[in-house]
Amino acid sequence: MNHAITANNLTKRFGDFTAVDAISFEVDKGEIFGFLGANGAGKTTAMRMLTGLSRPTEGEAMVAGYDVYREPEQIKRRIGYMSQKFSLYEDLKVRENIRFYGGIYGLPRKQVRQEADRLIEELGMSEFANSLVSGIPLGWRQKLAFSIAILHRPAIVFLDEPTGGVDPVTRRQFWEMIYKTANEGTTVFVTTHYMDEAEYCNRVSIMVEGRIAALDTPQAMKASFGVETMNEVFLRLTRPGGGNT
Amino acid sequence: MKTVPYIVQKEFRQIFRHRVMLPLIFLMPVIQLLVLAFAADYEVDNVKLHIVDLDHSQASRQLVGQFEASEHFILTGASASGKIASNEIQQGEADLYLEIPPDFQRQLLRDGRSQLQVAVDAINGVKAGLSSAYANAIIRDFNAAFRQNYGGGIAQPAALQIETANWFNPEQNYQTFMVPGILVILVTLVGMFLAGMNIVKEKEIGTIEQINVSPIRKHEFIIGKLLPFWIIALVELAIGLVVGKLVFHIPFVGSLWLIFGFAGLYLLVVLGFGLLISTVTETQQQAMFIAWFFLIIFILMSGLFTPIESMPPWAQDITRFNPVAYFVDVMRLVLLKGSDVWDIRQHIAVMGGYALAVNGLAVLNYRKVG
Amino acid sequence: MSYVPMCLGNPGKKSYVPMCLKRKQDYKFFKINPMGTNKKLSIFIRKEFYHILRDRRTLLILLGMPAVLVLLFGFAISNEIKNADIGVLDYAQNDQSQRLTQRLSASEYFTLALPLHSTQEIEEAFRAGSIKMAVVLPPKFGEETARGLPGSLQLIADGTDPNTATTLSNYASAIIGDFLQEQQPLQQQPMVIQTEVRMLYNAGLKSVFMFVPGVMTVILMLVSAMMTSIAITREKEVGTMEVLLASPLPPPLIVIGKVIPYILLALANTAVILLLGTEVFGMPIRGNYALLWLECFLFVLTALSLGILISTRTDSQQVAMLFSLMVLMLPTILLSGFIFPIESMPLPLQVISNIIPAKWFIIILKDVMLKGGGMELVWQETLILLGMTVFFIALSVRSFNIRLA
Repeated sequence: MNHAITANNLTKRFGDFTAVDAISFEVDKGEIFGFLGANGAGKTTAMRMLTGLSRPTEGEAMVAGYDVYREPEQIKRRIGYMSQKFSLYEDLKVRENIRFYGGIYGLPRKQVRQEADRLIEELGMSEFANSLVSGIPLGWRQKLAFSIAILHRPAIVFLDEPTGGVDPVTRRQFWEMIYKTANEGTTVFVTTHYMDEAEYCNRVSIMVEGRIAALDTPQAMKASFGVETMNEVFLRLTRPGGGNT
Repeated sequence: MKTVPYIVQKEFRQIFRHRVMLPLIFLMPVIQLLVLAFAADYEVDNVKLHIVDLDHSQASRQLVGQFEASEHFILTGASASGKIASNEIQQGEADLYLEIPPDFQRQLLRDGRSQLQVAVDAINGVKAGLSSAYANAIIRDFNAAFRQNYGGGIAQPAALQIETANWFNPEQNYQTFMVPGILVILVTLVGMFLAGMNIVKEKEIGTIEQINVSPIRKHEFIIGKLLPFWIIALVELAIGLVVGKLVFHIPFVGSLWLIFGFAGLYLLVVLGFGLLISTVTETQQQAMFIAWFFLIIFILMSGLFTPIESMPPWAQDITRFNPVAYFVDVMRLVLLKGSDVWDIRQHIAVMGGYALAVNGLAVLNYRKVG
Repeated sequence: MSYVPMCLGNPGKKSYVPMCLKRKQDYKFFKINPMGTNKKLSIFIRKEFYHILRDRRTLLILLGMPAVLVLLFGFAISNEIKNADIGVLDYAQNDQSQRLTQRLSASEYFTLALPLHSTQEIEEAFRAGSIKMAVVLPPKFGEETARGLPGSLQLIADGTDPNTATTLSNYASAIIGDFLQEQQPLQQQPMVIQTEVRMLYNAGLKSVFMFVPGVMTVILMLVSAMMTSIAITREKEVGTMEVLLASPLPPPLIVIGKVIPYILLALANTAVILLLGTEVFGMPIRGNYALLWLECFLFVLTALSLGILISTRTDSQQVAMLFSLMVLMLPTILLSGFIFPIESMPLPLQVISNIIPAKWFIIILKDVMLKGGGMELVWQETLILLGMTVFFIALSVRSFNIRLA
């Protein structure tokens, strides 16, 4: 089995509103998979189904070799997740957040302590180690949240708009972290608004109104639309006829 | 179960990170206990008395003197007409007035009977009933003494002597009765609200998602959330009991182990209930309101302020489902009367069942999947 | 039509939008085209209403709670003691003792729970909580009195609850006294003073008259002070307060916009309580309706100003809640004269009770509703409430300014 994620006609309806409309795709192991779409296109809903936070209405999906209906708890052991909402406790210190999340993923106490030291060291956050999360800059917080999401070395990590509101320099550092993680064998499933970030992905899918409108490598996508940047691809797909101006 | 200590540790850190939390949780209840124990007193004293003496005889002066001497009344005014007196009551300057008619003494001696008028501000029915009873008692005593002095020694009929004894609280100290009950309320309030607003707070700020994608087991999560408040509430109970002992001299007749044992069980119910509320609500405001709604019914129907026996049968049936009523009862039974485990076995059984049901529901209701 | 792009480009915490603002029209108040302050305010108030109305459960509780409380107080809770369980330890076992036992259990005050056989059993029964009072009839009970000699019997009450104990002994003494009189018709007593007692304003001694004002006070406090303080701190906690403060609305208007729905809610509650009190329990409103409503409105403002004051001092909902609970709600219930008479409290507490707004409001309510008084009777209390309101608002403005500076 070579796929980290397979989705087959995965659908989620809220009443008469279909948020995700029978999407099918595969994500290979170790791949950086970009999940693009306008606001409200259904990206977050799709991601929540894959992470076991939301039960699909129809369709099938396997994540890390487990079924999202029958084995959500098995999946949760093997994935990391960084949500769109800020996911750290602002009234806990940096080190306390690391230890807490390490703890609830069942890492041994000693290992948690070592990992916390290693993380703080690697991130260059020693000056913040003992300050409350609420007091550190957003960029640092996002890097910390990402590090915590992969603390238990998951097979797949889901990132929901991880770089929102972050300055370009920090964004670049963030993507370096993503590459490093992917190189160590972790599959990365990432949603983003920034089209330049889409270029960094191995493959991207673009969602429009609950459906996957395109799925390919960035290069192939640009070529098939005959445009220079992913931004133009995006505008063509989401606003038919809008990319010409 | 490995993950439980991490949650407990995190909760404690978060609770005490707010500098005001510590005094709010531990100091305020003690202050409340001190204030409330003195305030919660149904005894009626210092009834404001207004006198309308139209007789000005020796007898009327004696009667007024006896009223003045009573610990229940304080004389706040006198006037020459019932109308003025009524007005005083309307203004709130008097609670009760006594009108002694002209010729009160003469009629009593000549006709063998005479009449007095008492008017009471009856908006507070309980207070009115008690103060008119006090007034009647004073008048009855005065009547008996008057008969003795002027009646020329008419033989009294043989009487039955009724001895009254009040066990467990011979001085009829009201605080002894109220303090254990107030303690229950304070511990319940703090526990229920802290627990009730807890999970929902994580929902509000969004961190619950991060926990829901982790492989944590539902019961581990609920236990981890419950334990910190359980410990806090028990510590609070201990502080309250020390204050009760030192300040109010509450007798600890029964076993303290039994009190804490039962309190532990009771708190599982209260906190489980709080967490249950937390799992079915979306905002802390909502959680608080639902908690209030149930608490206020629980407290009013707990037998703390008004005896359960006074309620109509249907209401008494409802109190059988009221955990607060059980704990108030157990506190009084064990602390004041020295009841043992066997005496309160029924309470224990009901509370145990309740704890299982409520916490089971909380675990079932906490959904990791939307 | 341009909307401030709240979410684009900044999905970080500060732009988080409350869950209940889901529809497009909810964002209207963020519109940046110029318009009059009144219009802005009304849009803002509408947003606050969406918050409240979308939350059906809270709304149901807010409207249902006053009704439940009034009904509970009216039908379930009373101080009157009926059917108290008693035990009789009958050493005499004769005709007289059995008749008295029967007589006691026939009364509405007592129910014979169990026969007792020894003093030991009395204590056990008390400890198990199965009886409230024991009657001990000595051997040869009734024989002395029949011969004109003084006899005796003993009433042992469970003194843990002093009030119940006293009341029960009094009831029992009265029944026993009646019983004796029937046994031996008394001679005509000379020199009898008869006392005529008139119960003013509440001839039936109904407890409704006490609790309707009390429940009203507690509910208004809950809705106006506690709800408001939490609603405002919530905006701070989730970060939307900063968005509001950055809008062209002046800060005082933001606060006013936030509290107006709660004022309306509080007044709706007042209506429910008054309606139940008068229609179900026959409570009179002897004074002027307009005055009554004005006073309620004043108290709502007092409570609101307290809620606002609390919310300027903290930005955690839990702190706001615990603080309201301990400093506002408990004193309102216990030190206002609602449940326990203020006159009977020790002096320091009587002094403290003066700073509790609820005390003055309860006096006003009773004066207007039951005594039929007008402004001439309640002007002092009204001034006190007014003064408190101004004071709290001034304090809030001050701490608000300090925060901004």
